[in-house]
Amino acid sequence: MAKQEMREPIESGCPDPFQYMHPVMRKNFGMWKYHEHPRPGVLLHVAYSGDKIWTVRVGTQRILDLFSLRELCDIGEKFADGYIHFTIRSNIEYMVTDEAKVEPLIKAVEDAGYVVGGTQNSVTMLSHTQGWLHCDIPATDASGVVKSMMDELIDEFRSTNMPNRVHITTSCCQINCGGQGDIAINIQHTKPPKINHDLVANVCERPSVVARCPVAAIRPAIVNGKPSLEVDEKKCICCGACFPPCPPMQINDAEFSKLAIWVGGNHSNARGKPTFHKLVAAGIPNNPPRWPEATAIVKRILAAYKEGARDWERINEWIERIGWPRFFEAVELPFTKYHIDNWRGARKSLNASTYIRF
Amino acid sequence: MAVQKFDTPMLDQLESGPWPSFITGIKALRDNHPDAKINEMTNSLLGQLEHSYETRKGYWKGGTVSVYGYGGGIIPRFSEVGHAFVASKEFHTLRVQPPAGNHYSTGMLRQLADSWEKWGSGLVTFHGQTGNIMFIGADTENVQHFFDEINDYGWDLGGAGPCVRTAMSCVGAARCEMSCTNEQKAHRLLVNNFTDDVHRPALPYKFKFKISGCPNDCQNAIERSDFAVIGTWRDDMKVDQDEFKAYVSRKGRQHVVDNIISRCPTQALTLNDDDSLTVNNKDCVRCMHCLNVVPKALHPGDDKGVTILIGGKRTLKIGDLMGTVVVPFKKLETEEDWESIVELAEEIIDFWAENGLEHERCGEMIERIGLANFLEAIGIDPDPNMVDSPRQCSYVRMDGWDEAAIEWFEKKAEQA
Ligand code: HEM
Ligand code: SF4
Ligand code: SF4
Ligand code: SF4
Ligand code: SF4
Repeated sequence: MAKQEMREPIESGCPDPFQYMHPVMRKNFGMWKYHEHPRPGVLLHVAYSGDKIWTVRVGTQRILDLFSLRELCDIGEKFADGYIHFTIRSNIEYMVTDEAKVEPLIKAVEDAGYVVGGTQNSVTMLSHTQGWLHCDIPATDASGVVKSMMDELIDEFRSTNMPNRVHITTSCCQINCGGQGDIAINIQHTKPPKINHDLVANVCERPSVVARCPVAAIRPAIVNGKPSLEVDEKKCICCGACFPPCPPMQINDAEFSKLAIWVGGNHSNARGKPTFHKLVAAGIPNNPPRWPEATAIVKRILAAYKEGARDWERINEWIERIGWPRFFEAVELPFTKYHIDNWRGARKSLNASTYIRF
Repeated sequence: MAVQKFDTPMLDQLESGPWPSFITGIKALRDNHPDAKINEMTNSLLGQLEHSYETRKGYWKGGTVSVYGYGGGIIPRFSEVGHAFVASKEFHTLRVQPPAGNHYSTGMLRQLADSWEKWGSGLVTFHGQTGNIMFIGADTENVQHFFDEINDYGWDLGGAGPCVRTAMSCVGAARCEMSCTNEQKAHRLLVNNFTDDVHRPALPYKFKFKISGCPNDCQNAIERSDFAVIGTWRDDMKVDQDEFKAYVSRKGRQHVVDNIISRCPTQALTLNDDDSLTVNNKDCVRCMHCLNVVPKALHPGDDKGVTILIGGKRTLKIGDLMGTVVVPFKKLETEEDWESIVELAEEIIDFWAENGLEHERCGEMIERIGLANFLEAIGIDPDPNMVDSPRQCSYVRMDGWDEAAIEWFEKKAEQA
């Protein structure tokens, strides 16, 4: 397009939400009194004014096509006053102010193939990253992993039978744009990058690639007479951080990019300070289209947690009480030298006491 | 005219099962949408995705695409196998900032859907992990058309690259009794003060604001943002004793002891003989647990404000970091209060922009220079709320001790 036709952007930034907010939420803004859980998937909030609002939470495929988006709008208009709120985990919430509208709304949602649940002590929607559908560095398809796991966990989404809420996340590279999770299913590469030396000089800014490596394993080198990079493979931790700035340093591998499972990440401050998740299983095959091996381990962890944890214990609190030896036993996973941290600050994770459970 | 469909045996398997399938949705666009461009694009996308499933490899590469006047906000995607999957060989994503708190009218969603139908693939996600609406799949030319159209009716791009990123805030005051601040206002004031830094990436690296109305931190702000604003209160928690007693009589004392009294992290709760509750508010750390268990009886106090934690991030490059307390408590009531939180953000971003290394997050810079130096640079006094414990190692030079101690007592006297 010719320059003179270009339109100047309006730098309006983040839009004002009040224009799109359910009127009863607008009216009672900051004046809510308490909430209840009338049934799984439904919240009831009561305001000091006496106003009530029922929220129906709905799981979807997250990556929406226009037909699904319009269908969800149709349901919102017909049954829920024409407003939609999204949760951080991409669940949809419909709000109604008349209790009699709740059941017809649920029926309409379920008839259309969506799933009501994800509240309170459920396994709510797995939050996930992009994957092969759209990212330029993924080793797996996070969207596919999530779909195949949710197929297996759908009953836990629909019910609230866990000791506390369970937040599961996935990431399709070790940058981990998925967050911390009670359970996290993340890519773990196991071999250093394979360098296409013919391309490095054309594509990569070598100093910034060298600087990106967390363990200083990359150095500039001349290979076949051309400027390139080389990796000290003994030092390399196979993190893949060099791959985004330098695509010729291919880290993804059909066989050696594996899945690892981490547990005990918890972002809430309730009962204890927020925690990061910890490694429990690795070497799990990255096995599309349904990743059965990863799902099986997640289900074992959930079963042991459901069986063993007390009410209100998140996964990290449950393990803190029973201890790691009993955890590894309960979920039938090996404990190996790879579980012992050696990154900076690692000593904090060692047991400097005689606290041992027998 | 029907498209020449790619075979997708692996995606067909993924489609099975009871959870809604994004593959089914993409196929619907391929098969049932009236616009041939959308049929072709989604067919081609399915072909490439199937190829990824078969080979366990991704085939997108980045590049440079932006809209006129901005340097960021578009995630460029060019296919490495575009010769085989021609109609989706350019498949860029637009990151669009959602309204604070993610509220939508269906009318507005339809308007966005209509625009996207004109210019894009018909695929959209609410929302990405950073919080943007992600409109997935437009070619280079249509990126500009789509942006022009939605920008005219109130939508702007988010950040991508080394810049201030799209912010996130919880539903909070709009529908949650735990809310201790105006999350929407904090969200918009902060991020919209930096629109230039959102649209023209020129910082050391990304910078994220996230706002949660209470320490339940539904937005994962402490773990995932450089600048976390968390609502809290500093007077006494409100206890409706009648409601509490009703809860005890309904659930039983053992339940109350096992699930509330003994679970308080600072032993601040006592169940009295008459089934009323005593809260030692001096010991309470506002963890939210007891309020979560009995939301009908226990509420935050009236003297509300926020705690600000700086420096949270995920793994690259030095490992995951939580944000740490830099402002233990701040009122957000008067316009001056609100202005001063924006000024604090400016101060922090300016200092980091000057002193952060390339690709170094704010938290990593603090780790490198030490919190004390960072505090001095942004003009905030040290406070014991900022640490889990004081220093444990004597290897430090302390010849400024006397002045520092005097300063502390002078500050105390001023505040008294
Ligand atoms: C080069 C390619 C990269 C691509 C294509 C990419 C893509 C994405 C996308 C699509 C999102 C969700 C965005 C949204 O909500 O709008 C995201 C979020 C995120 N990315 Fe990246 N990313 C890249 C590199 C990185 C790097 C190098 C890091 C690491 C330091 C990183 C860390 C993250 C994190 C932590 C989030 C989640 C943020 C949050 O919780 O707010 N990404 N990324
Ligand atoms: S986790 Fe990694 S591969 Fe997956 S979307 Fe995020 S940056 Fe891309
Ligand atoms: S994979 Fe990670 S550790 Fe290995 S060379 Fe690349 S950046 Fe360095
Ligand atoms: S962070 Fe607190 S105020 Fe915000 S939605 Fe969660 S519980 Fe409510
Ligand atoms: S909010 Fe947490 S710290 Fe405070 S009294 Fe309740 S349980 Fe204890």
